Amino acid sequence: MTTTVAPAIEVRDLVVRRGKREVLHGLTCTIPPGSVTGLLGPSGSGKTTLMRSIVGVQKVERGTVTVLGRPAGSAALRSQVGYLTQAPSVYADLTVRENVRYFASLYKGVSTADADAVLESVGLADHATQLVRDLSGGQRARANLACTLVSRPTVLILDEPTVGQDPVLRDELWRQFRALAAEGVTVLVSSHVMDEAGRCDRLLLIREGTLVADERPDVITAATGTTDLEAAFLHLIRTGQTVMSS
Amino acid sequence: MNGKILASTVRRVLNQLRHDHRTVGLLVVVPPLLLTLLYYMYYEDSPLVFQRIALTMLGIFPFIIMFLITSIAMLRERTTGTLERLLTTPMGKVDLLFGYGTAFGLAAAIQASIACAVAYLFLGLQTQGSVGLVILIAIANAVLGMALGLLASAFARTEFQAVQFMPLIVAPQLLLCGLFVARENMAGWLQAIANALPMTYSVEALTEVGRYAEPTATLWKDLGIVAGCVVVALVLASATLRRRTD
Repeated sequence: MTTTVAPAIEVRDLVVRRGKREVLHGLTCTIPPGSVTGLLGPSGSGKTTLMRSIVGVQKVERGTVTVLGRPAGSAALRSQVGYLTQAPSVYADLTVRENVRYFASLYKGVSTADADAVLESVGLADHATQLVRDLSGGQRARANLACTLVSRPTVLILDEPTVGQDPVLRDELWRQFRALAAEGVTVLVSSHVMDEAGRCDRLLLIREGTLVADERPDVITAATGTTDLEAAFLHLIRTGQTVMSS
Repeated sequence: MNGKILASTVRRVLNQLRHDHRTVGLLVVVPPLLLTLLYYMYYEDSPLVFQRIALTMLGIFPFIIMFLITSIAMLRERTTGTLERLLTTPMGKVDLLFGYGTAFGLAAAIQASIACAVAYLFLGLQTQGSVGLVILIAIANAVLGMALGLLASAFARTEFQAVQFMPLIVAPQLLLCGLFVARENMAGWLQAIANALPMTYSVEALTEVGRYAEPTATLWKDLGIVAGCVVVALVLASATLRRRTD
């Protein structure tokens, strides 16, 4: 399905050490453009470290990470890769609108009108003039997301974007991710909630710094003889089986 | 350097200040309050001592205050993840450093103007040279404090540690700058230390403004040294802004 298209993200034999602990042990995967890829695994399995490596903010011990044909973290990629951190990295002492407009101003061709439109799309239009420190945890997370989406990145790396959001909003956010992918944006979303996994084109299941699956959700369930992804993941861990495309 | 990014960063830093009413209040009120205190301590019995100390303090306040504010503000950028986020955008390190420098320089200009107005109009401060030069030196000192604060923030993990850099970096300069004991009367090795500390030169410059109607060569040399120290501190601070971390 994607063999003819150049991958948007290509990770090869990636080894990352944080302190004395090796977090990723020679991980290899490719992510096709214009897709939503889910990165799933328990807390501490290396999801955030892999995402940081793709964004280019993580010191890497060995291996290569290529994004849109360039080494991860290249200056040319900074206007094309959007990164949402798990903990909100927005200014608590600015209003929601001031935050989004500020991050918008760092990119060429992004206007304040774009910033206001993004606020609308994450459901924060009514809170635009509130200081971020006065928002609830879920609203703060959405303000954080707005600051990432506003740059209209070609590659979108989202670390747990839907944590703490109500089901209706979660559904709307997933629709947005799907719509972005349909426009050609490459979306990588981490989650530890399996029910979101079914909405991805592809899944990367990671455990203790090693991939145990890299395939379409339906292929993973079929290969493990299970009916849902939760059961499939359990099966893979218990049997040591892996499901890898090519 | 990117003009648009620089301008929006200046606006962002000033907006953060503006939302913090108490800090703004303290910035404006504290220097005149302390000058008034000095007035009642010295003016009756030793008006000349008041003249010397008040003039020196006009340069020292902005240095201390901007050092503190910047080191905390920058530490917050580091600990809340906004710094890492900024470094994944097209923003250059220079834009960030100059953004802080310009914003706090402006704040210092306002602060120094108010302090000077109070000192000259109500407390009977007199200088041979112009008040404009006093404000200029105050701004240079504020920018120096800011640059050292940016640098110091790299070595603090918590706000507790950051505030303790103040006695470490500010106090020796305060003690040796010539305010307590004239530099000529210090032991040789103390003079040598004093000569290596930037505040010594800004205090000397202020003394020149006090004594001579026209700006002297010594004054310009002193300002040049302070500016040089600012550049060195900024270059060192810029080296502590790492795009890739563990």
